[in-house]
Amino acid sequence: MMKDNNVIQVENLSKLFGDFAAVNQISFQVKAGEIFGFLGANGAGKTTAMKMLIGISSPTSGKATVAGFDVYKETESIKKNIGYMSQKFALYDDLTVKENITFFGGIYGLSKKQIEHKRRELVEELGLQEVTNSLVASLPLGWKQKLAFSVSLLHEPKIVFLDEPTGGVDPITRRQFWEMIYKAAHNGTTIFVTTHYMDEAEYCDRVSIMVDGKIEALDTPKKLKEHYKTDTMNDVFLKLARG
Amino acid sequence: MKIILYIIKKEFKQIFRNKGMLPIIFILPLLQLVILSNAATYEIKNIQFGYVDADNSSTSRELIEQFEASTYFNVSEKFPSEKEASQAMQEGTIDAYLNIPTHFERDLQKDKTKGIGVFIDAIDGSAAGVINVYITQIIQNYNKNIVADLIQISDTVQKPNSIESIPLFWYNQTLNYKTFMVPGILVLLVTMITLFLSGMNIVREKEIGTLEQINVTPIRKSHFIIGKLFPFWIIGMGLLTIGLILAKVIFNTPMLGNLGLLYAYTSVYILVILGMGLFISNFTDTQQQAMFIAWFFIVIFILMSGLFTPIESMPKWAQILTEFNPIKYFVEIIRMVMLKGSGFVDIFPLAIKTLAYAIVMNSLAVWSYKKTT
Repeated sequence: MMKDNNVIQVENLSKLFGDFAAVNQISFQVKAGEIFGFLGANGAGKTTAMKMLIGISSPTSGKATVAGFDVYKETESIKKNIGYMSQKFALYDDLTVKENITFFGGIYGLSKKQIEHKRRELVEELGLQEVTNSLVASLPLGWKQKLAFSVSLLHEPKIVFLDEPTGGVDPITRRQFWEMIYKAAHNGTTIFVTTHYMDEAEYCDRVSIMVDGKIEALDTPKKLKEHYKTDTMNDVFLKLARG
Repeated sequence: MKIILYIIKKEFKQIFRNKGMLPIIFILPLLQLVILSNAATYEIKNIQFGYVDADNSSTSRELIEQFEASTYFNVSEKFPSEKEASQAMQEGTIDAYLNIPTHFERDLQKDKTKGIGVFIDAIDGSAAGVINVYITQIIQNYNKNIVADLIQISDTVQKPNSIESIPLFWYNQTLNYKTFMVPGILVLLVTMITLFLSGMNIVREKEIGTLEQINVTPIRKSHFIIGKLFPFWIIGMGLLTIGLILAKVIFNTPMLGNLGLLYAYTSVYILVILGMGLFISNFTDTQQQAMFIAWFFIVIFILMSGLFTPIESMPKWAQILTEFNPIKYFVEIIRMVMLKGSGFVDIFPLAIKTLAYAIVMNSLAVWSYKKTT
């Protein structure tokens, strides 16, 4: 394993858009197998920070490695080792469930046999037997999100990045979604997740809270609540975000 | 290689599943081919024609009979003098008239040459050019010794040399404009459809967010681009095929040259267009933007392609600009191959430029496609 068992190492990472620092010198580490909650208000810079880590946006300054690879020079190696689910649903609406799985499995370079195997496993797990040959467009949002999460795990990545994965879905589906996240973490996948829902923050091993491009707090939910002398993560967040 | 196949399969599924898109790809262009080829014609018929015959000899009467026999001319009136003829043209009742001077027959026999006046309403310069050619041909056929002195009416007169720069009259003996237009319009359709589809395709994935999902996969840029563009290359070739069949069946357009040569050239040509489409989609964020930019270029390309107006009559700077117009190359080559039977050696200079264009365009497109911003 990597040094200190950290799969993500970030040091003073910044991203400037003109004069505006969307991400301002953030530093943190994520351990292998951890569920790391990346919290912050809208516009706090969560998505920008995440995009640098998954190799689709170049940092302005600072250092970072993901799965041991440099975010400047080794973005393609990073991409082999991570899964990503964006806040916008990003599977193909005009392809069926089966076709989406085949396509994404295919471009990750899985063999036909592997794809077939994964697909069966996945369809069974998600209970999608009835709709494997239906267009994804016809699925309810909650199912789509679960499918997107499963697809991001197809190639068994070391780390999976989830950008507000439960936005707009009902509480039951959110609950099921988090069960899936736990299961993936249990299987050794590191989870890096951003969310607006503070109850979800409680499910994380550790959380960081970003305010205006900076990380203002980083610890386990329990310790954060103690430190800020509140009962819920919601209050912790409000205290920090309001300044 | 396997990865490319996965992308190609996915693209084809999406294309054929899109019920709104299919007719746009295949039916509309072919309707356009049929309609445009019939409508976009320079063929001028029913020319209202008058004359002044000051000579009133057997030669002059025979000459007028030639016009009466032509299907292009409606010989309407004999004017007593040029003044009345000129008046009629001012009023717009005639499009052209002939002024046969006195002693026409005598001078022709004595001097072996004689001029007669040809007056054409040249508000529509290109129509006037065509009328002039018709008139000249009829006179020349009748007697090579008569010199038609062209006098054009109207202040917006076109220079007579624009008349000679329409190459049609040298290669298409039957003056069949459809034979001339069909190959050109076919080029237009192949170009428009492949440019629009390829330009909008990748930007569409940007819009719906799937491109980001693709960009976080370890897929290689070149694999993705080839997989994305190949289906449109196939569609372009398919359109050419259907178009050629229609051209043969409906318009009986000749195919004097080698069909294989035409396909070989088209396969390179479509690469230029696909590269352009990709380039456009790399610099736009929405399908509307991509569409507008594609339209901007298409309109310029069409107007400066030599399809409707001859390049030779454009100003020098415009002629230089047409060197960057891929449609110009294809229009020229498809006409050469289909109508003149030109071979590989004949089209080589144009083909090599097209190939260079394809290489430059695709390099630019691949370079400007960024997985990381």
